[in-house]
Amino acid sequence: MTSSGGPAIDFDVAVVGAGPAGSVAAYRLAKAGLSVVQIERGVTPGSKNVSGGVLYGRVLDDLLPGYANEAPVERKITRHAAMLMTKDSAVALDYSSRLLAEPVNAVTVLRANFDPWLAAKAEEAGAFLMTGVRVDSLLTEPGLSGAPTVVGLRAGDDELRTRVVIAADGVNSFLGRSVGLTTKPPTNQLGIGIKAVVGLPRRAIEDRFALADDEGAAFALVGDCTLGVGGGGFLYTNTESLSLGVVLRLDDLLRSGRGAAEIFDHLCEHPMLAPYLRDGEILEYGCHLIAEGGYAMVGQLAMNGMLVAGEAAGLTINSGLVVRGMDLAIGSGIAAADAAAEAIAKGDTSQSGLAGYRRRLEDSFVLQDMRTYARAPQFFERPELYGAYGELAASILQSTYSFDGTPRKHLARMARQALKTSSIKLRRLLRDAVAGVRSL
Amino acid sequence: MKPTTIPQRLAADSFHIDEGESHITIDQELCRSTGTAKALIAVCAAGVYQERDGQLVADYAGCLECGSCFAVAAPGAIQWHYPRGGFGVNYRQG
Ligand SMILES: Cc1cc2nc3c(=O)[nH]c(=O)nc-3n(C[C@H](O)[C@H](O)[C@H](O)COP(=O)(O)OP(=O)(O)OC[C@H]3O[C@@H](n4cnc5c(N)ncnc54)[C@H](O)[C@@H]3O)c2cc1C
Ligand code: SF4
Repeated sequence: MTSSGGPAIDFDVAVVGAGPAGSVAAYRLAKAGLSVVQIERGVTPGSKNVSGGVLYGRVLDDLLPGYANEAPVERKITRHAAMLMTKDSAVALDYSSRLLAEPVNAVTVLRANFDPWLAAKAEEAGAFLMTGVRVDSLLTEPGLSGAPTVVGLRAGDDELRTRVVIAADGVNSFLGRSVGLTTKPPTNQLGIGIKAVVGLPRRAIEDRFALADDEGAAFALVGDCTLGVGGGGFLYTNTESLSLGVVLRLDDLLRSGRGAAEIFDHLCEHPMLAPYLRDGEILEYGCHLIAEGGYAMVGQLAMNGMLVAGEAAGLTINSGLVVRGMDLAIGSGIAAADAAAEAIAKGDTSQSGLAGYRRRLEDSFVLQDMRTYARAPQFFERPELYGAYGELAASILQSTYSFDGTPRKHLARMARQALKTSSIKLRRLLRDAVAGVRSL
Repeated sequence: MKPTTIPQRLAADSFHIDEGESHITIDQELCRSTGTAKALIAVCAAGVYQERDGQLVADYAGCLECGSCFAVAAPGAIQWHYPRGGFGVNYRQG
Protein backbone atom coordinates (compact mmCIF):
# COMPACT_ATOMS: atom_id res chain seq x y z
CA MET A 1 0.00 0.00 0.00
CA THR A 2 1.27 3.47 -0.76
CA SER A 3 0.99 5.71 2.25
CA SER A 4 -0.19 9.23 1.59
CA GLY A 5 2.76 10.63 3.53
CA GLY A 6 5.36 9.06 1.20
CA PRO A 7 7.17 10.70 -1.69
CA ALA A 8 5.05 12.00 -4.56
CA ILE A 9 3.78 9.53 -7.11
CA ASP A 10 4.88 10.31 -10.69
CA PHE A 11 2.46 7.91 -12.40
CA ASP A 12 -0.29 5.62 -11.19
CA VAL A 13 1.16 2.81 -13.28
CA ALA A 14 4.44 2.19 -15.11
CA VAL A 15 4.27 -0.44 -17.83
CA VAL A 16 7.66 -1.85 -18.84
CA GLY A 17 7.78 -3.09 -22.42
CA ALA A 18 5.91 -2.10 -25.58
CA GLY A 19 5.14 -5.59 -26.84
CA PRO A 20 1.51 -6.70 -27.10
CA ALA A 21 1.12 -7.30 -23.34
CA GLY A 22 2.49 -3.88 -22.39
CA SER A 23 0.72 -1.84 -25.04
CA VAL A 24 -2.67 -3.38 -24.37
CA ALA A 25 -2.23 -2.86 -20.61
CA ALA A 26 -1.20 0.78 -21.16
CA TYR A 27 -4.14 1.35 -23.52
CA ARG A 28 -6.65 -0.08 -21.11
CA LEU A 29 -5.30 1.84 -18.10
CA ALA A 30 -5.21 5.12 -19.99
CA LYS A 31 -8.79 4.55 -21.16
CA ALA A 32 -9.75 4.02 -17.52
CA GLY A 33 -8.36 7.48 -16.78
CA LEU A 34 -5.21 6.51 -14.89
CA SER A 35 -1.85 8.17 -15.47
CA VAL A 36 0.39 5.70 -17.27
CA VAL A 37 3.98 5.72 -18.44
CA GLN A 38 5.09 2.99 -20.84
CA ILE A 39 8.82 2.41 -21.20
CA GLU A 40 10.48 0.51 -24.05
CA ARG A 41 14.22 -0.06 -24.52
CA GLY A 42 14.03 -0.22 -28.33
CA VAL A 43 14.28 3.01 -30.33
CA THR A 44 10.77 2.23 -31.54
CA PRO A 45 8.28 -0.36 -30.28
CA GLY A 46 8.89 -3.67 -32.03
CA SER A 47 12.53 -2.95 -32.87
CA LYS A 48 13.66 -5.63 -30.38
CA ASN A 49 10.98 -8.18 -31.09
CA VAL A 50 10.95 -11.31 -33.23
CA SER A 51 7.95 -13.57 -33.60
CA GLY A 52 6.75 -16.20 -36.03
CA GLY A 53 4.02 -13.73 -36.46
CA VAL A 54 0.68 -15.54 -36.54
CA LEU A 55 -1.64 -13.55 -34.32
CA TYR A 56 -4.83 -15.35 -33.26
CA GLY A 57 -6.41 -11.98 -32.79
CA ARG A 58 -10.02 -12.46 -31.68
CA VAL A 59 -9.10 -11.12 -28.26
CA LEU A 60 -7.71 -7.99 -29.89
CA ASP A 61 -10.81 -7.61 -32.00
CA ASP A 62 -12.89 -7.49 -28.81
CA LEU A 63 -10.70 -4.67 -27.54
CA LEU A 64 -10.21 -2.79 -30.83
CA PRO A 65 -13.04 -3.90 -33.12
CA GLY A 66 -12.07 -4.25 -36.75
CA TYR A 67 -8.36 -4.16 -35.89
CA ALA A 68 -7.48 -6.43 -38.84
CA ASN A 69 -8.63 -3.79 -41.30
CA GLU A 70 -6.78 -0.95 -39.63
CA ALA A 71 -3.58 -2.43 -38.20
CA PRO A 72 -0.52 -3.12 -40.35
CA VAL A 73 -1.27 -6.83 -40.72
CA GLU A 74 0.21 -8.89 -43.53
CA ARG A 75 -2.19 -11.64 -44.54
CA LYS A 76 -5.36 -13.25 -43.22
CA ILE A 77 -4.62 -16.92 -42.63
CA THR A 78 -6.97 -19.26 -44.48
CA ARG A 79 -4.67 -22.25 -44.75
CA HIS A 80 -2.96 -24.15 -41.93
CA ALA A 81 -0.69 -27.11 -42.60
CA ALA A 82 1.40 -29.32 -40.35
CA MET A 83 4.24 -31.07 -42.10
CA LEU A 84 6.12 -34.07 -40.75
CA MET A 85 9.45 -33.97 -42.55
CA THR A 86 12.21 -36.43 -43.30
CA LYS A 87 15.31 -35.52 -45.27
CA ASP A 88 13.60 -36.21 -48.59
CA SER A 89 9.84 -36.46 -47.85
CA ALA A 90 7.02 -34.55 -46.22
CA VAL A 91 3.73 -35.88 -44.87
CA ALA A 92 1.22 -33.11 -44.26
CA LEU A 93 -2.09 -32.35 -42.71
CA ASP A 94 -3.40 -29.45 -44.73
CA TYR A 95 -6.53 -27.45 -43.90
CA SER A 96 -7.89 -24.57 -45.95
CA SER A 97 -11.20 -22.89 -45.29
CA ARG A 98 -13.16 -19.78 -46.16
CA LEU A 99 -14.50 -19.99 -42.62
CA LEU A 100 -11.11 -18.80 -41.37
CA ALA A 101 -11.46 -15.56 -43.35
CA GLU A 102 -14.75 -14.29 -41.96
CA PRO A 103 -14.62 -13.44 -39.13
CA VAL A 104 -10.82 -13.14 -39.34
CA ASN A 105 -9.34 -15.92 -37.23
CA ALA A 106 -5.63 -15.18 -37.53
CA VAL A 107 -3.34 -12.77 -39.32
CA THR A 108 0.40 -12.61 -39.87
CA VAL A 109 2.22 -9.60 -38.49
CA LEU A 110 5.75 -8.23 -38.69
CA ARG A 111 6.50 -6.89 -35.25
CA ALA A 112 8.47 -3.84 -36.37
CA ASN A 113 5.26 -2.63 -38.03
CA PHE A 114 2.62 -4.04 -35.73
CA ASP A 115 4.04 -3.10 -32.32
CA PRO A 116 4.32 0.65 -33.11
CA TRP A 117 0.68 0.65 -34.22
CA LEU A 118 -0.50 -0.97 -30.99
CA ALA A 119 1.68 1.30 -28.85
CA ALA A 120 0.26 4.33 -30.68
CA LYS A 121 -3.22 3.22 -29.61
CA ALA A 122 -2.09 3.46 -26.00
CA GLU A 123 -0.53 6.86 -26.64
CA GLU A 124 -3.72 8.15 -28.27
CA ALA A 125 -5.62 6.95 -25.22
CA GLY A 126 -3.33 9.10 -23.07
CA ALA A 127 -0.43 6.87 -22.03
CA PHE A 128 3.01 8.52 -22.01
CA LEU A 129 5.38 6.42 -24.14
CA MET A 130 9.15 6.59 -23.63
CA THR A 131 11.26 4.69 -26.15
CA GLY A 132 14.99 4.06 -26.26
CA VAL A 133 14.95 3.80 -22.47
CA ARG A 134 16.01 0.67 -20.63
CA VAL A 135 14.57 0.17 -17.17
CA ASP A 136 17.56 -0.84 -15.08
CA SER A 137 15.99 -1.81 -11.80
CA LEU A 138 12.98 -1.58 -9.53
CA LEU A 139 12.65 0.66 -6.51
CA THR A 140 11.60 -1.39 -3.54
CA GLU A 141 10.81 -0.71 0.09
CA PRO A 142 10.16 -3.13 2.89
CA GLY A 143 6.39 -3.60 3.08
CA LEU A 144 4.24 -3.92 6.17
CA SER A 145 4.63 -7.68 6.35
CA GLY A 146 8.38 -7.48 5.69
CA ALA A 147 7.90 -8.62 2.07
CA PRO A 148 9.33 -6.07 -0.37
CA THR A 149 7.02 -3.59 -2.06
CA VAL A 150 7.76 -2.26 -5.52
CA VAL A 151 7.35 1.52 -5.40
CA GLY A 152 8.76 2.50 -8.77
CA LEU A 153 11.65 2.03 -11.12
CA ARG A 154 15.02 3.34 -12.14
CA ALA A 155 16.30 4.04 -15.66
CA GLY A 156 19.78 5.53 -15.80
CA ASP A 157 19.79 8.40 -13.30
CA ASP A 158 16.02 8.80 -13.37
CA GLU A 159 13.65 7.40 -10.81
CA LEU A 160 9.91 7.20 -11.23
CA ARG A 161 7.56 6.47 -8.35
CA THR A 162 4.42 4.51 -9.07
CA ARG A 163 1.54 2.77 -7.38
CA VAL A 164 1.82 -0.29 -9.61
CA VAL A 165 4.49 -1.54 -12.03
CA ILE A 166 3.38 -3.93 -14.75
CA ALA A 167 6.42 -5.90 -15.95
CA ALA A 168 5.60 -6.80 -19.56
CA ASP A 169 9.29 -7.11 -20.35
CA GLY A 170 9.18 -10.38 -22.25
CA VAL A 171 10.64 -13.86 -21.90
CA ASN A 172 13.89 -12.79 -20.20
CA SER A 173 12.04 -10.61 -17.64
CA PHE A 174 15.04 -9.31 -15.75
CA LEU A 175 12.70 -7.14 -13.70
CA GLY A 176 10.55 -10.05 -12.55
CA ARG A 177 13.68 -11.99 -11.62
CA SER A 178 15.28 -9.07 -9.79
CA VAL A 179 12.59 -9.18 -7.09
CA GLY A 180 12.07 -12.94 -7.11
CA LEU A 181 8.62 -12.75 -8.68
CA THR A 182 9.85 -14.93 -11.55
CA THR A 183 12.85 -17.23 -11.78
CA LYS A 184 15.31 -17.97 -14.55
CA PRO A 185 13.78 -20.97 -16.37
CA PRO A 186 15.72 -24.21 -16.84
CA THR A 187 16.90 -24.94 -20.39
CA ASN A 188 14.14 -27.48 -21.11
CA GLN A 189 11.59 -24.67 -20.66
CA LEU A 190 13.17 -22.39 -23.24
CA GLY A 191 13.48 -22.59 -27.00
CA ILE A 192 15.65 -20.45 -29.20
CA GLY A 193 13.72 -19.16 -32.20
CA ILE A 194 15.81 -18.32 -35.25
CA LYS A 195 14.07 -16.60 -38.11
CA ALA A 196 14.68 -15.10 -41.51
CA VAL A 197 12.28 -12.83 -43.33
CA VAL A 198 12.56 -13.92 -46.95
CA GLY A 199 11.51 -11.41 -49.58
CA LEU A 200 9.45 -12.62 -52.58
CA PRO A 201 7.05 -10.96 -54.99
CA ARG A 202 3.46 -10.94 -53.84
CA ARG A 203 2.22 -12.93 -56.78
CA ALA A 204 4.84 -15.65 -56.33
CA ILE A 205 3.70 -16.15 -52.75
CA GLU A 206 0.04 -16.41 -53.73
CA ASP A 207 0.82 -18.88 -56.52
CA ARG A 208 3.16 -21.08 -54.50
CA PHE A 209 0.86 -21.32 -51.50
CA ALA A 210 -2.39 -21.43 -53.53
CA LEU A 211 -3.81 -18.27 -51.98
CA ALA A 212 -6.21 -15.59 -53.16
CA ASP A 213 -5.28 -11.91 -52.63
CA ASP A 214 -4.19 -11.11 -49.06
CA GLU A 215 -5.02 -14.61 -47.86
CA GLY A 216 -2.21 -16.36 -46.07
CA ALA A 217 -0.83 -19.75 -45.13
CA ALA A 218 0.84 -20.99 -41.96
CA PHE A 219 2.92 -24.17 -42.15
CA ALA A 220 4.11 -25.85 -38.95
CA LEU A 221 7.10 -28.11 -39.58
CA VAL A 222 8.27 -31.06 -37.48
CA GLY A 223 11.08 -33.57 -37.88
CA ASP A 224 14.10 -33.30 -40.10
CA CYS A 225 13.78 -29.50 -40.35
CA THR A 226 15.42 -29.37 -36.90
CA LEU A 227 17.77 -32.30 -37.60
CA GLY A 228 15.94 -34.23 -34.91
CA VAL A 229 16.34 -31.60 -32.18
CA GLY A 230 13.22 -31.08 -30.04
CA GLY A 231 11.22 -28.16 -31.42
CA GLY A 232 9.98 -27.42 -34.88
CA GLY A 233 9.98 -25.09 -37.81
CA PHE A 234 7.57 -22.61 -39.32
CA LEU A 235 6.92 -21.11 -42.71
CA TYR A 236 4.36 -18.30 -42.69
CA THR A 237 3.34 -15.93 -45.47
CA ASN A 238 3.48 -12.15 -45.22
CA THR A 239 2.35 -9.81 -47.98
CA GLU A 240 5.69 -9.71 -49.78
CA SER A 241 7.83 -12.00 -47.68
CA LEU A 242 7.89 -15.30 -45.85
CA SER A 243 8.70 -15.83 -42.19
CA LEU A 244 10.92 -18.90 -42.07
CA GLY A 245 12.30 -20.22 -38.83
CA VAL A 246 13.02 -22.90 -36.29
CA VAL A 247 12.46 -23.17 -32.56
CA LEU A 248 14.97 -25.40 -30.76
CA ARG A 249 14.60 -26.51 -27.15
CA LEU A 250 17.83 -25.41 -25.51
CA ASP A 251 18.44 -28.59 -23.51
CA ASP A 252 18.00 -30.77 -26.60
CA LEU A 253 20.09 -28.47 -28.78
CA LEU A 254 22.99 -28.77 -26.32
CA ARG A 255 22.53 -32.53 -26.09
CA SER A 256 22.63 -32.84 -29.89
CA GLY A 257 26.10 -31.34 -30.13
CA ARG A 258 24.95 -29.28 -33.10
CA GLY A 259 25.06 -25.56 -33.58
CA ALA A 260 21.87 -23.48 -33.75
CA ALA A 261 22.99 -21.75 -36.94
CA GLU A 262 23.86 -25.09 -38.55
CA ILE A 263 20.27 -26.27 -38.02
CA PHE A 264 18.91 -23.03 -39.42
CA ASP A 265 21.13 -23.48 -42.51
CA HIS A 266 19.72 -26.98 -42.91
CA LEU A 267 16.17 -25.58 -42.81
CA CYS A 268 16.98 -22.95 -45.44
CA GLU A 269 18.44 -25.59 -47.74
CA HIS A 270 15.82 -28.28 -47.14
CA PRO A 271 14.75 -29.81 -50.47
CA MET A 272 11.12 -30.09 -49.36
CA LEU A 273 10.98 -26.32 -48.80
CA ALA A 274 13.04 -25.28 -51.80
CA PRO A 275 10.05 -24.77 -54.16
CA TYR A 276 8.53 -22.28 -51.71
CA LEU A 277 11.77 -20.41 -51.12
CA ARG A 278 13.16 -20.32 -54.66
CA ASP A 279 14.77 -16.96 -55.56
CA GLY A 280 13.90 -15.60 -52.13
CA GLU A 281 16.22 -13.06 -50.58
CA ILE A 282 16.88 -12.77 -46.86
CA LEU A 283 15.69 -9.33 -45.76
CA GLU A 284 16.39 -9.83 -42.10
CA TYR A 285 17.83 -12.40 -39.71
CA GLY A 286 16.77 -12.55 -36.09
CA CYS A 287 16.61 -14.70 -33.00
CA HIS A 288 14.60 -14.60 -29.80
CA LEU A 289 13.87 -16.94 -26.92
CA ILE A 290 10.44 -18.44 -26.45
CA ALA A 291 8.98 -19.84 -23.24
CA GLU A 292 8.25 -23.53 -23.85
CA GLY A 293 7.38 -24.72 -20.35
CA GLY A 294 3.64 -24.26 -20.60
CA TYR A 295 1.48 -24.14 -17.51
CA ALA A 296 4.22 -25.61 -15.31
CA MET A 297 6.19 -22.42 -15.89
CA VAL A 298 3.48 -20.08 -14.66
CA GLY A 299 4.27 -19.13 -11.09
CA GLN A 300 3.34 -16.22 -8.93
CA LEU A 301 1.94 -13.32 -10.93
CA ALA A 302 1.70 -10.53 -8.38
CA MET A 303 3.58 -9.04 -5.47
CA ASN A 304 3.20 -5.83 -3.51
CA GLY A 305 3.10 -3.07 -6.12
CA MET A 306 3.84 -5.20 -9.17
CA LEU A 307 2.27 -7.55 -11.72
CA VAL A 308 3.97 -9.59 -14.40
CA ALA A 309 2.24 -10.00 -17.79
CA GLY A 310 2.68 -11.72 -21.14
CA GLU A 311 5.67 -13.89 -21.83
CA ALA A 312 7.42 -12.51 -18.75
CA ALA A 313 4.85 -14.61 -16.89
CA GLY A 314 5.56 -17.66 -19.07
CA LEU A 315 2.32 -17.36 -21.04
CA THR A 316 2.86 -19.25 -24.30
CA ILE A 317 1.35 -22.41 -25.75
CA ASN A 318 2.89 -24.72 -28.32
CA SER A 319 0.46 -27.43 -29.36
CA GLY A 320 2.64 -28.68 -32.19
CA LEU A 321 0.12 -27.33 -34.69
CA VAL A 322 0.05 -23.74 -33.45
CA VAL A 323 2.38 -21.51 -31.45
CA ARG A 324 0.63 -18.87 -29.37
CA GLY A 325 2.03 -16.07 -27.28
CA MET A 326 0.80 -12.77 -28.64
CA ASP A 327 -2.88 -13.49 -27.97
CA LEU A 328 -2.10 -14.66 -24.44
CA ALA A 329 0.02 -11.54 -23.94
CA ILE A 330 -2.94 -9.40 -25.01
CA GLY A 331 -5.33 -11.31 -22.75
CA SER A 332 -2.99 -10.92 -19.79
CA GLY A 333 -2.41 -7.23 -20.54
CA ILE A 334 -6.15 -6.63 -20.27
CA ALA A 335 -6.38 -8.59 -17.02
CA ALA A 336 -3.34 -6.83 -15.52
CA ALA A 337 -4.71 -3.39 -16.39
CA ASP A 338 -8.11 -4.12 -14.91
CA ALA A 339 -6.64 -5.61 -11.75
CA ALA A 340 -4.26 -2.65 -11.30
CA ALA A 341 -7.10 -0.15 -11.83
CA GLU A 342 -9.26 -1.99 -9.31
CA ALA A 343 -6.48 -2.10 -6.72
CA ILE A 344 -5.68 1.60 -7.15
CA ALA A 345 -9.37 2.49 -6.82
CA LYS A 346 -9.54 0.52 -3.55
CA GLY A 347 -6.32 2.11 -2.33
CA ASP A 348 -4.72 -1.31 -1.80
CA THR A 349 -1.97 -2.21 -4.26
CA SER A 350 -0.45 -4.88 -2.03
CA GLN A 351 -0.20 -8.44 -3.27
CA SER A 352 -3.63 -9.23 -1.88
CA GLY A 353 -5.06 -6.03 -3.33
CA LEU A 354 -3.80 -7.18 -6.73
CA ALA A 355 -5.22 -10.69 -6.41
CA GLY A 356 -7.88 -9.80 -8.98
CA TYR A 357 -5.23 -10.35 -11.64
CA ARG A 358 -4.99 -14.10 -11.25
CA ARG A 359 -8.73 -14.38 -10.83
CA ARG A 360 -9.27 -12.60 -14.14
CA LEU A 361 -6.72 -14.81 -15.89
CA GLU A 362 -8.36 -17.92 -14.45
CA ASP A 363 -11.74 -16.72 -15.68
CA SER A 364 -10.46 -15.95 -19.17
CA PHE A 365 -9.09 -18.06 -21.99
CA VAL A 366 -5.54 -17.28 -20.84
CA LEU A 367 -5.11 -19.68 -17.93
CA GLN A 368 -7.89 -21.95 -19.13
CA ASP A 369 -6.01 -22.65 -22.36
CA MET A 370 -2.69 -22.87 -20.51
CA ARG A 371 -4.28 -25.62 -18.38
CA THR A 372 -5.78 -27.43 -21.35
CA TYR A 373 -2.32 -27.74 -22.89
CA ALA A 374 -0.51 -28.32 -19.60
CA ARG A 375 0.74 -31.73 -20.71
CA ALA A 376 1.91 -30.64 -24.15
CA PRO A 377 5.52 -29.75 -23.20
CA GLN A 378 6.02 -33.20 -21.68
CA PHE A 379 4.54 -34.84 -24.76
CA PHE A 380 6.98 -32.98 -26.96
CA GLU A 381 9.97 -34.30 -25.01
CA ARG A 382 9.63 -37.58 -26.99
CA PRO A 383 12.63 -37.74 -29.35
CA GLU A 384 10.75 -40.05 -31.78
CA LEU A 385 8.57 -37.12 -32.80
CA TYR A 386 11.52 -35.46 -34.48
CA GLY A 387 12.83 -38.49 -36.34
CA ALA A 388 11.35 -41.97 -36.28
CA TYR A 389 7.69 -40.97 -36.66
CA GLY A 390 8.32 -38.94 -39.78
CA GLU A 391 10.34 -41.81 -41.25
CA LEU A 392 7.55 -44.24 -40.46
CA ALA A 393 4.78 -42.12 -41.99
CA ALA A 394 6.86 -41.39 -45.08
CA SER A 395 7.74 -45.03 -45.57
CA ILE A 396 4.09 -46.16 -45.37
CA LEU A 397 3.05 -43.53 -47.91
CA GLN A 398 6.05 -44.34 -50.06
CA SER A 399 4.85 -47.94 -50.36
CA THR A 400 1.30 -46.70 -51.00
CA TYR A 401 2.10 -44.39 -53.83
CA SER A 402 5.17 -45.91 -55.40
CA PHE A 403 4.30 -48.40 -58.15
CA ASP A 404 7.44 -50.28 -58.99
CA GLY A 405 5.85 -53.38 -60.52
CA THR A 406 5.89 -55.42 -57.29
CA PRO A 407 2.47 -56.81 -56.25
CA ARG A 408 0.39 -54.43 -54.10
CA LYS A 409 -0.31 -55.08 -50.44
CA HIS A 410 -3.12 -53.80 -48.24
CA LEU A 411 -2.38 -50.66 -46.29
CA ALA A 412 -2.53 -52.51 -42.95
CA ARG A 413 0.09 -54.99 -44.11
CA MET A 414 2.36 -52.24 -45.39
CA ALA A 415 2.01 -50.39 -42.14
CA ARG A 416 2.94 -53.50 -40.19
CA GLN A 417 5.96 -54.03 -42.41
CA ALA A 418 7.05 -50.42 -42.05
CA LEU A 419 6.73 -50.73 -38.28
CA LYS A 420 8.96 -53.78 -38.34
CA THR A 421 11.83 -51.90 -39.94
CA SER A 422 11.20 -48.78 -37.80
CA SER A 423 12.81 -48.32 -34.40
CA ILE A 424 9.31 -47.74 -33.04
CA LYS A 425 7.35 -50.63 -31.64
CA LEU A 426 3.58 -50.88 -32.03
CA ARG A 427 2.95 -50.66 -28.32
CA ARG A 428 5.05 -47.51 -28.15
CA LEU A 429 3.15 -46.01 -31.06
CA LEU A 430 -0.20 -46.66 -29.41
CA ARG A 431 0.98 -45.30 -26.09
CA ASP A 432 2.27 -42.12 -27.73
CA ALA A 433 -0.92 -41.75 -29.76
CA VAL A 434 -3.02 -41.90 -26.60
CA ALA A 435 -0.69 -39.43 -24.88
CA GLY A 436 -0.92 -37.13 -27.89
CA VAL A 437 -4.70 -37.16 -27.89
CA ARG A 438 -4.74 -36.42 -24.16
CA SER A 439 -2.11 -33.67 -24.23
CA LEU A 440 -2.99 -31.73 -27.34
CA MET B 1 17.17 -19.57 -51.97
CA LYS B 2 20.92 -19.11 -52.13
CA PRO B 3 22.89 -20.47 -49.17
CA THR B 4 24.10 -17.68 -46.88
CA THR B 5 26.66 -17.39 -44.10
CA ILE B 6 25.89 -15.82 -40.73
CA PRO B 7 27.81 -12.61 -41.55
CA GLN B 8 25.88 -12.30 -44.82
CA ARG B 9 22.60 -12.66 -42.97
CA LEU B 10 23.64 -10.18 -40.29
CA ALA B 11 24.58 -7.72 -43.01
CA ALA B 12 20.86 -7.43 -43.80
CA ASP B 13 20.17 -6.29 -40.21
CA SER B 14 20.41 -2.83 -38.72
CA PHE B 15 22.36 -2.13 -35.51
CA HIS B 16 23.02 0.91 -33.35
CA ILE B 17 26.35 -0.22 -31.98
CA ASP B 18 27.25 0.98 -28.50
CA GLU B 19 30.92 1.76 -29.03
CA GLY B 20 31.32 2.73 -25.40
CA GLU B 21 30.08 -0.38 -23.66
CA SER B 22 29.91 -4.12 -24.27
CA HIS B 23 26.86 -5.80 -22.78
CA ILE B 24 28.66 -9.16 -22.59
CA THR B 25 31.48 -9.94 -20.17
CA ILE B 26 33.26 -13.28 -20.14
CA ASP B 27 34.87 -15.04 -17.19
CA GLN B 28 37.47 -17.07 -19.13
CA GLU B 29 38.29 -19.36 -16.24
CA LEU B 30 34.67 -20.29 -15.48
CA CYS B 31 33.75 -20.60 -19.14
CA ARG B 32 36.51 -23.11 -19.62
CA SER B 33 36.13 -25.11 -16.41
CA THR B 34 32.34 -25.47 -16.68
CA GLY B 35 32.19 -26.27 -20.39
CA THR B 36 30.17 -23.10 -20.92
CA ALA B 37 32.39 -21.93 -23.78
CA LYS B 38 31.29 -24.82 -25.95
CA ALA B 39 27.63 -24.31 -25.11
CA LEU B 40 27.78 -20.59 -25.94
CA ILE B 41 29.33 -21.26 -29.32
CA ALA B 42 26.65 -23.88 -30.05
CA VAL B 43 23.56 -21.87 -29.08
CA CYS B 44 24.44 -18.46 -30.48
CA ALA B 45 22.77 -18.16 -33.87
CA ALA B 46 24.62 -14.91 -34.54
CA GLY B 47 28.10 -16.39 -34.18
CA VAL B 48 28.99 -13.87 -31.47
CA TYR B 49 31.19 -16.29 -29.52
CA GLN B 50 34.42 -17.59 -30.98
CA GLU B 51 37.57 -19.17 -29.66
CA ARG B 52 40.69 -17.22 -30.62
CA ASP B 53 44.15 -18.25 -29.38
CA GLY B 54 42.61 -20.29 -26.59
CA GLN B 55 40.50 -17.35 -25.40
CA LEU B 56 36.74 -17.07 -25.76
CA VAL B 57 35.81 -13.77 -27.35
CA ALA B 58 32.40 -12.14 -27.82
CA ASP B 59 31.83 -9.92 -30.82
CA TYR B 60 29.00 -8.13 -29.04
CA ALA B 61 28.24 -5.80 -31.96
CA GLY B 62 26.47 -8.61 -33.85
CA CYS B 63 24.36 -9.76 -30.91
CA LEU B 64 20.66 -10.26 -31.69
CA GLU B 65 19.77 -10.02 -27.98
CA CYS B 66 17.93 -13.30 -27.60
CA GLY B 67 19.49 -14.21 -24.25
CA SER B 68 20.13 -17.86 -25.17
CA CYS B 69 23.79 -17.63 -24.15
CA PHE B 70 22.83 -16.33 -20.73
CA ALA B 71 20.20 -19.08 -20.41
CA VAL B 72 22.72 -21.90 -20.94
CA ALA B 73 25.75 -20.40 -19.18
CA ALA B 74 26.89 -21.76 -15.83
CA PRO B 75 26.23 -19.22 -13.06
CA GLY B 76 28.80 -16.43 -13.27
CA ALA B 77 30.47 -17.71 -16.46
CA ILE B 78 29.24 -14.67 -18.39
CA GLN B 79 27.56 -11.44 -17.50
CA TRP B 80 24.92 -10.55 -20.00
CA HIS B 81 22.31 -7.83 -19.95
CA TYR B 82 20.42 -5.85 -22.55
CA PRO B 83 22.41 -3.08 -24.24
CA ARG B 84 21.79 0.46 -23.02
CA GLY B 85 18.46 1.92 -24.13
CA GLY B 86 18.33 2.62 -27.86
CA PHE B 87 21.49 0.62 -28.64
CA GLY B 88 21.89 -2.83 -30.18
CA VAL B 89 19.90 -4.59 -32.85
CA ASN B 90 17.14 -2.60 -34.52
CA TYR B 91 14.73 -4.96 -36.23
CA ARG B 92 12.95 -3.44 -39.20
CA GLN B 93 10.78 -6.52 -39.88
CA GLY B 94 10.63 -8.55 -36.67
C1 LIG C 1 10.52 -17.58 -33.19
C2 LIG C 1 9.24 -17.25 -32.49
C3 LIG C 1 8.02 -17.52 -33.09
C4 LIG C 1 6.83 -17.18 -32.46
N1 LIG C 1 5.67 -17.38 -33.13
C5 LIG C 1 4.51 -16.94 -32.60
C6 LIG C 1 3.30 -16.98 -33.35
O1 LIG C 1 3.28 -17.38 -34.52
N2 LIG C 1 2.16 -16.54 -32.77
C7 LIG C 1 2.15 -16.05 -31.49
O2 LIG C 1 1.10 -15.64 -31.00
N3 LIG C 1 3.29 -15.99 -30.75
C8 LIG C 1 4.46 -16.42 -31.29
N4 LIG C 1 5.63 -16.30 -30.56
C9 LIG C 1 5.57 -15.81 -29.18
C10 LIG C 1 5.32 -14.32 -29.11
O3 LIG C 1 6.19 -13.63 -29.99
C11 LIG C 1 5.54 -13.80 -27.70
O4 LIG C 1 4.94 -14.66 -26.77
C12 LIG C 1 4.98 -12.40 -27.51
O5 LIG C 1 5.68 -11.48 -28.29
C13 LIG C 1 5.04 -11.97 -26.05
O6 LIG C 1 4.57 -10.65 -25.93
P1 LIG C 1 4.99 -9.78 -24.66
O7 LIG C 1 4.33 -8.46 -24.85
O8 LIG C 1 4.74 -10.52 -23.42
O9 LIG C 1 6.56 -9.63 -24.76
P2 LIG C 1 7.52 -9.05 -25.95
O10 LIG C 1 6.78 -9.02 -27.22
O11 LIG C 1 8.74 -9.82 -25.85
O12 LIG C 1 7.74 -7.54 -25.46
C14 LIG C 1 8.57 -7.23 -24.39
C15 LIG C 1 9.07 -5.81 -24.60
O13 LIG C 1 9.73 -5.33 -23.43
C16 LIG C 1 10.89 -4.63 -23.81
N5 LIG C 1 11.80 -4.68 -22.66
C17 LIG C 1 12.33 -5.78 -22.07
N6 LIG C 1 13.07 -5.42 -21.00
C18 LIG C 1 13.01 -4.07 -20.91
C19 LIG C 1 13.58 -3.13 -19.99
N7 LIG C 1 14.36 -3.52 -18.97
N8 LIG C 1 13.32 -1.82 -20.19
C20 LIG C 1 12.54 -1.41 -21.23
N9 LIG C 1 11.97 -2.27 -22.12
C21 LIG C 1 12.20 -3.58 -21.94
C22 LIG C 1 11.38 -5.37 -25.04
O14 LIG C 1 12.23 -4.56 -25.82
C23 LIG C 1 10.08 -5.72 -25.74
O15 LIG C 1 9.67 -4.72 -26.63
C24 LIG C 1 6.85 -16.62 -31.17
C25 LIG C 1 8.07 -16.36 -30.54
C26 LIG C 1 9.26 -16.64 -31.20
C27 LIG C 1 10.55 -16.31 -30.53
S1 SF4 D 1 22.04 -12.95 -26.79
FE1 SF4 D 1 21.68 -14.42 -28.45
S2 SF4 D 1 22.60 -13.44 -30.20
FE2 SF4 D 1 23.41 -12.36 -28.44
S3 SF4 D 1 25.30 -13.38 -27.93
FE3 SF4 D 1 23.74 -14.38 -26.70
S4 SF4 D 1 23.06 -16.11 -27.93
FE4 SF4 D 1 24.18 -14.75 -29.32
